[in-house]
Amino acid sequence: MKLKLRIWRQKNAADKGQMVTYDVDGISEDASFLEMLDVLNERLILEGEEPIAFDHDCREGICGMCSLVINGQPHGPERNTTTCQLHMRKFRDGETIDVEPWRAKAFPVVKDLVVDRGAFDKIIEAGGYISAPTGTAPDAHATPVPKADADKAFVAAECIGCGACVAACPNGSGSLFMSAKISHLGLLPQGQPERDSRVLNMVKTHDELDFGGCTNTGECTVACPKGIPLEFIGRMNKDWLKASGK
Amino acid sequence: MAIATIPALYRSTVGKKAIMAVTGGLMVLFILGHMVGNLKIFFGLEEFNGYAAWLRTLGEPALHEGWFLWIQRVGLLVVIFLHFSTAAELTARARRARPVKYQHRAKVNGSYAARTMRWGGVIILLFLVWHILDLTVGTVNPHGVHGEAYQNVVAGFAPDRWWVTLFYAAAVIALGFHLRHGLVSAVQTLGLKNPRHEAPLNLIATGFSLLIVVGFLVVPFSVTVGLID
Repeated sequence: MKLKLRIWRQKNAADKGQMVTYDVDGISEDASFLEMLDVLNERLILEGEEPIAFDHDCREGICGMCSLVINGQPHGPERNTTTCQLHMRKFRDGETIDVEPWRAKAFPVVKDLVVDRGAFDKIIEAGGYISAPTGTAPDAHATPVPKADADKAFVAAECIGCGACVAACPNGSGSLFMSAKISHLGLLPQGQPERDSRVLNMVKTHDELDFGGCTNTGECTVACPKGIPLEFIGRMNKDWLKASGK
Repeated sequence: MAIATIPALYRSTVGKKAIMAVTGGLMVLFILGHMVGNLKIFFGLEEFNGYAAWLRTLGEPALHEGWFLWIQRVGLLVVIFLHFSTAAELTARARRARPVKYQHRAKVNGSYAARTMRWGGVIILLFLVWHILDLTVGTVNPHGVHGEAYQNVVAGFAPDRWWVTLFYAAAVIALGFHLRHGLVSAVQTLGLKNPRHEAPLNLIATGFSLLIVVGFLVVPFSVTVGLID
């Protein structure tokens, strides 16, 4: 495949940055998007240029490290798919592809396509855990959990914290991520003692980190590689309103 | 909810949206009553002006004449102020949250109604200013006589003032879109949305928004085309 890539290059956090055009040729349709960037980077290194920095780790779609806004869509055009699992056969030969980093004040660009998603860690630190020492994994029947709750908690727990929801949100809100974490714990018995303080502290920290507010446009759930549904945001709102009234 | 938590509501993005949802709901109630009242114009001059006069005596003898209207006006002003100020703050926050814009941005999911909430709201607010000067105060109405609501409406939407009717139509359609997203959004914001009821909820929101648009526009268009004179 032959492609024209327009990629965001930015030396460091202080640099202004700009889109730079690269022509690539001989890309396999079976290559993943990241492998296509690897091919380009190998060429750039041989030419003595600085390779393009981008985040990646497992390349299996489960770690949450890869990112990239591809042609205006976080993780590219394929639904429920991370960038590392996106294949070049989803693009046309000769296509121009724009590649940009997540754009949010809370996620400052470190270099090129790499952003600092530490703001998500701060939200987790504010309450995305249970503080009871649980020891080793308990017997499955020690704490009964209704099947429906367990299934829903699992859907929420699928969130890999990649930040695509923030990147897609017209308000730069972290609500989908935060609500998935709050729902994941709030649906299980172990999460109940800290349910109120968790939602209050996480929302407060989210707001302090300069994320925007949710306006229910639903862009996040479409961009989410794990398809986290909007209902968790409603659940979080309900939990927050209840906890605020106490 | 304890009184002490109201400032806490105002400080949080989730709380601000809850304020918007509740104030929006109150305005929807007013809008529905307003629309139903307007339709009384089809029963003729006497009944419509009688209805307008009755509004001033609402709540008597507990309230003095006109007090109900003034209580309602002050209430609506507070509600509009809260709805607008929280919206403005959330908009400013959204701008701050993304200081560097995307070069290439695909619109994926957000409906037309969702994307036009902010500017649509501003259009509705500007329309309100004209509407009050037209049919409440009467300054921009060619008849503009206090207590003659029927004649004011007929003069205001007269065929040679078709542009006024068009302006009303644009504003009411903007309101319809605003309600289509707003109704569903309010239910989600207050955490009352059940994902199993998504389809019926959307249907109700669309139906209600259409009802409001048609219910409001049938009056000025009837005057403009000569059905009411």
